[in-house]
Amino acid sequence: MKSMALSSSSRSSSRSCHRSALSRALFGIGGGGSNVDGVVVGSSSGVNIKSSGGGRHRYFHHSSGIYPLRRTSFPTDHGSSFLASSSSSSIAPFSTASTSTSSSSSVSLPPPLRKILIANRGEIAIRIIKSAREHGIQTVAIYSSADARSPHVTLADEAVCLGPNPASSASYLDIDKVCEAVRMTHSEGVHPGYGFLSENCKFAERIESIVLDNTESSEKRKVKFIGPSTHAIQSLGDKIQSKLIAASANVSTVPGYNGVVTSPSHALEIAHDIGYPVMIKASAGGGGKGMRICYTDEEVNEGYRLSKAESASFFGDDRLLVEKYVEDPHHIEIQVLAGTNPTTGQLDILCFAERECSIQRRNQKVIEESPSPHLLPSTRREMIRQVKSLVRAVGYESAGTVEFLVDAHQNFYFLEMNTRLQVEHPVTEMISGSGYPTGQYVDLVYGMLEVAAGRGIPREYLDMVEDNGENEEGANVRYTGHAIEARVYAEDPYRGFLPSTGPLVKYVEPPSLIHVKEDASSSADGGSSSTSSSLCNIRIDSGAIPGAIITTHYDPIISKIISYSPISRHHAIRGLGMALDQYIMRGVQHNIPFVRDVLRNDDFVKGITPTGFIGQHYPEGFHGAVLSETEKSELVVMVREIDRRRKEAAHARDGGGGGGGGGGGGREDDVVVCLGGMFGDAYLVRSTPGNSTAGGSISASVTKLPKRVDDGDDEKKEEDVNVVDSQLVELSAFEYKPSSALAIVEIAGESRALQVHGDDEIGTLTLTMYGSDVDVLVMSPTEYQLSCHMHELAPPDFGNYVLSPMPGTLISFAVKEGDVVELGQELCVVEAMKMQNIIRSHKAGAKVGKLHGKVGASLRADEILVEFEKNVEP
Amino acid sequence: MMIMAMMAHHSLLRKPTTLIGLCNVAKVSAIRSTSLAAAPSSSASAASSSAMRMPAMKLKSSFSTTTHHIVYQDEASTHATITHPSTIKRTFRDRLSVTKEQSLLGGGMKRIQKQHDKGSLTARERIELLFDTNSFREVDALVTHRCHDFGMSSTPDSIMPGDGVVVGHGLIHGRRVYCFAQDFTVYGGSLGEAHAKKIGKIMDMALRVGAPVIGLNDSGGARIQEGADSLAGYADIFQRNVDASGVIPQISVVMGPCAGGAVYSPAMTDFIFMIENTSYMFVTGPEVVKTVTNETVTKEELGGASVHAGGKSGVAHGSYPNDVAALRAMRTLLELLPSSNDASTLPVRPVTDDPNRSVPALNQLVPDDPNMPYDMKDIIREVLDHGSMFEIMPENAKNIVTAFGRMEGRTVGVVGNNPMVLAGCLDIGASTKAARFVRFCDCFNIPIVTFVDVPGFLPGTGQEHGGIIRHGAKLLFAYAQATVPKITVISRKAYGGAYDVMSSKHLKGDANYAWPGAEIAVMGAKGAVEIIFRGQDVERNTAEYTERFANPMVAAQRGYIDDVIEPSETRRIICDDLRLLRTKKMDTIPRKHSNIPL
Repeated sequence: MKSMALSSSSRSSSRSCHRSALSRALFGIGGGGSNVDGVVVGSSSGVNIKSSGGGRHRYFHHSSGIYPLRRTSFPTDHGSSFLASSSSSSIAPFSTASTSTSSSSSVSLPPPLRKILIANRGEIAIRIIKSAREHGIQTVAIYSSADARSPHVTLADEAVCLGPNPASSASYLDIDKVCEAVRMTHSEGVHPGYGFLSENCKFAERIESIVLDNTESSEKRKVKFIGPSTHAIQSLGDKIQSKLIAASANVSTVPGYNGVVTSPSHALEIAHDIGYPVMIKASAGGGGKGMRICYTDEEVNEGYRLSKAESASFFGDDRLLVEKYVEDPHHIEIQVLAGTNPTTGQLDILCFAERECSIQRRNQKVIEESPSPHLLPSTRREMIRQVKSLVRAVGYESAGTVEFLVDAHQNFYFLEMNTRLQVEHPVTEMISGSGYPTGQYVDLVYGMLEVAAGRGIPREYLDMVEDNGENEEGANVRYTGHAIEARVYAEDPYRGFLPSTGPLVKYVEPPSLIHVKEDASSSADGGSSSTSSSLCNIRIDSGAIPGAIITTHYDPIISKIISYSPISRHHAIRGLGMALDQYIMRGVQHNIPFVRDVLRNDDFVKGITPTGFIGQHYPEGFHGAVLSETEKSELVVMVREIDRRRKEAAHARDGGGGGGGGGGGGREDDVVVCLGGMFGDAYLVRSTPGNSTAGGSISASVTKLPKRVDDGDDEKKEEDVNVVDSQLVELSAFEYKPSSALAIVEIAGESRALQVHGDDEIGTLTLTMYGSDVDVLVMSPTEYQLSCHMHELAPPDFGNYVLSPMPGTLISFAVKEGDVVELGQELCVVEAMKMQNIIRSHKAGAKVGKLHGKVGASLRADEILVEFEKNVEP
Repeated sequence: MMIMAMMAHHSLLRKPTTLIGLCNVAKVSAIRSTSLAAAPSSSASAASSSAMRMPAMKLKSSFSTTTHHIVYQDEASTHATITHPSTIKRTFRDRLSVTKEQSLLGGGMKRIQKQHDKGSLTARERIELLFDTNSFREVDALVTHRCHDFGMSSTPDSIMPGDGVVVGHGLIHGRRVYCFAQDFTVYGGSLGEAHAKKIGKIMDMALRVGAPVIGLNDSGGARIQEGADSLAGYADIFQRNVDASGVIPQISVVMGPCAGGAVYSPAMTDFIFMIENTSYMFVTGPEVVKTVTNETVTKEELGGASVHAGGKSGVAHGSYPNDVAALRAMRTLLELLPSSNDASTLPVRPVTDDPNRSVPALNQLVPDDPNMPYDMKDIIREVLDHGSMFEIMPENAKNIVTAFGRMEGRTVGVVGNNPMVLAGCLDIGASTKAARFVRFCDCFNIPIVTFVDVPGFLPGTGQEHGGIIRHGAKLLFAYAQATVPKITVISRKAYGGAYDVMSSKHLKGDANYAWPGAEIAVMGAKGAVEIIFRGQDVERNTAEYTERFANPMVAAQRGYIDDVIEPSETRRIICDDLRLLRTKKMDTIPRKHSNIPL
């Protein structure tokens, strides 16, 4: 035991900020070799987990210190169901037993970590707990009191409350408190997840300085930071330094002139040097001002002149820079898992097939996939070669990601290296090896745990490297199929993606297997002649449970949903689309409508996804899915069918007495479906003969009815009305029970899911199709005709009100009642997501009538803040 | 077939602003279903019932043959004395059909157009939408007034059959409902002797058979020409409203003007609904208000839907954006209500939502922090069948929720304090709103499920001077007197007297539960500590008090609650209790009636 303590401390000390790969390798061998007892300890800890399953410890951090928290809590069914599902559905990549036996047979390894603390919350904390549990490692969660009932707390073996203050700075970001929790729970390692303290070099240093006293054996053990060395975090965390390191490791960086350009000829000289296109930009620039993209010498001459003038007038500073312009860049990154091999002492580096993360909104990734549809294999090989050279240069261990910009011509340029596990790591995991469903895939978290314990990268993973014969240096980990991930955020895509808060009143995850059917004709890359069908695996890394309350305190991520197809990208996209369509979330506005819409975009399906994708396709923001007339007709028939089945189920007793007025005496089957409520688009639906019962196909003819015109001049307009052709819609299969919230329909061999959210007093049904909500009303033809006399109520006039644009906290008022304000004058400050948003007047010369809300109060979106007096305008 | 289909489409494709549009459908459908019936125009005298069922069709025929009929009328008047009896009979039949057609047309196309221009429907159109297809049977279509003053009978045209109200009965989702619909196109829907008698008649019929009455009010008020007869008419209706109260459900939909004494008939029914922007109710109109108090006010500001259903007066129980929406809603509501106070008439739907369904979200939805609000409606929806509820007074006294819903296919009345508004406390508005709802449920054998999160009564001079003692007592009285099954779930706070009021065990609650996060105490920890410990060592004492008393344990130990239940199991437990309480019997002490603090 003594030797173990010695070795572990020596190994930790070797993790000081400046050390060479050689010394690390040497110590690695020593640490591993001297540790015969370690294996025994490790396996006995596995037994401990099982026996200690019932008795979990809770600690509560009061203002003065941390106390064990005794809770009279009910067994939470989420906890147990989660465990049940994790044991049944997700397959452990490799059993602990096989790992320890196979490794102990050759060389003795340091023991695996017995207990780790996860310095994070939400989905990533749960993700790490899952991996740890699969490998018999005990877990400790930390939480702020706002998260007391969060699943990451209930799932962990132990949990420590970091205090009543929900603010991150007082909980998840408080290094002292986290360190205290580590000490108190005797956690041997700390996994930081992503965000929070994950790239905080001070935190890593503090963690690694903790020495645990083992009361049983008087053994001292140093706590491991499960991540790269502090040296790596520090040097790669600095953007300038990391670029210099990269450049010196022969990694290609964006070429440019590191200095001020002095003349047009100087600019030309640089342009010739780095090659066209180039970008001339103001040194003080921003927002596209004083920026010119040049493809020719003339453009450089002109651009220099214009940019100089512009930057002088905009910024009062006419210094210019010239750098390579990356055309239609893709954001592509390489996942790395590196660790010292305990047998050889060499640094093993695994590089994975690239992740394409170009679909970004304000630098926040929205959709990620792997492999990239853009990158050529030769480019990938070169990229991986450079990545390995960088990893070696830094002596990087653990998981990390190197980010690149790749232009249209397969030129790539280093951006930065992220020294943590990334949000989008699951896409890499799912395609690695033989793919997710086989169980022979890579668990990056497990890899990190093993590397942190000094046990190196699991051998199985090393064996997964592709053997392409020619160049091992550029080889990636073998992969199968395609994976694509969407990040689900609690943010409102209809309001410029402002955060939204509240309870997830309904939360139902889609099934883990989705059948993607399609015709060969509609397949973009299939090429097969017959109708193909495949299963997509859906993985959901979620931090949410039904009823969970989303607050403004933390990152608004709800979950990540990943679709894996062993066949093609096209299948994976379809699978993700179907999964999103069946992902039921009510109560909090989320970004699924937007993500779902991106998946339907033609360019996206074709793989044309430069980083400017969202700006290019949604220049005016997002306003809900736009349905084609055919899709609307199909929707209308589905609505008719849903409505019919609901009525049948409700009035089974009545014997057909139901149905609306229908005084016109039309067939009961004829209905008018209004999309978007009573005053929306109206469609006449009538069944066509041969309409069979449940299970069979359903066909109907659909006719779009003309827009209602205002009463009065209808005599004139009546003549202009064109008779719209009716359309025959056939649903080859339709599955819907009034007791369920989902309708699954098949049209021309393609399946589609529709969410049905119930109706209101007047029978307006709310449905979700392609992620977007639509209100529908089914009327009899008579009802429709009479409804044409109804006047649509004008929406309430909020012209005299200033509403809170987002949920948050009212910080202060800048005006008093009775003040006269100018256009754009500051009225009040609303804080949301730690951002202080200044709310300004949209009126000129308006008199403040009333201030609503109390300073310090929490606000809902659209809550009235300021009311102006009426009729103040001249 | 295809051609016919196209024609039908065409009829819908045209912009229908008048009844003509309606007729197109009728015509086409008649063509399509030639095997079903003879052409409607040929059945004018043969089947009066078909005229009732197919008003739209009949109207069409009357337009196309109007001139023809006038010729007949002229003949009849000039040759009456020498006509053969069979001719007289035939002439009468023709006259009858003319009268019936006139009755169907109401005040004529011009006035119908005017009604449509307002964004309103006519009485017959409303009936058309309210009832199941072709189920309405009219009564008293031929009734006319007997007033000869002020030229009321000077010309044949001034005596309009039906006298401005359409009455009868029909089916709503297959169940019989009586209805009167005032016709604004006939004498402005004004109420005279005959008009009132018609309403009284169907109310009597409804009471006799035990079926609900729904009134569609659209009336200029008393028919001044008929003087005292008109006043007597109102009073006769009032009396019947009272006689029927608690025996059959009575619903009023105010779909146009309703002013003066006329307001008191709706006021005595169980529910009043209004139409936004096109209806108003007041005792005295803006002109009188101006004269007496010098206030300038519009009809909408004085008594529109925004006033009565929007949280100002609490007179109305809901409002809808237009006639069509309102009538659809009435169909939804009537489907939830029993036909009468006979318990066997309670509606039962096939069970399509599992009564044993676990609702995991309920374990999370209520925040631990007693100062954090949550929407009680979220909780209620999750517990009810299909998350579907019909809220009564959704915009008034929002600190309490009253709604009908179903559990295991059977109607329940739900009352819940809503922490979203005023922390869910009881005030005058909430007490009276819930009290009347509880009384309605008790009248009609509808079980009451109460969700409690109440910090107490709202303090302040406004409340005290407004009589919160008197009004709060109404809710207490209503709960204590109710003999229907009463199930209570305390989701969080149940403080002070408000705990007692909210369907507590002490008020003969049948099943009372608390969720683990419930706090049943005289008051919140901080307040209690300040009184008990006189402000000493507040922090420590508060923590201690919270640990000892801010939970449901003490109440459970004394049996004031039957169990502390896992929130996710609430639906299953309530459904089970409701099932076994179906046979609940409770004797009441014989008396003339109790004296609820009004």
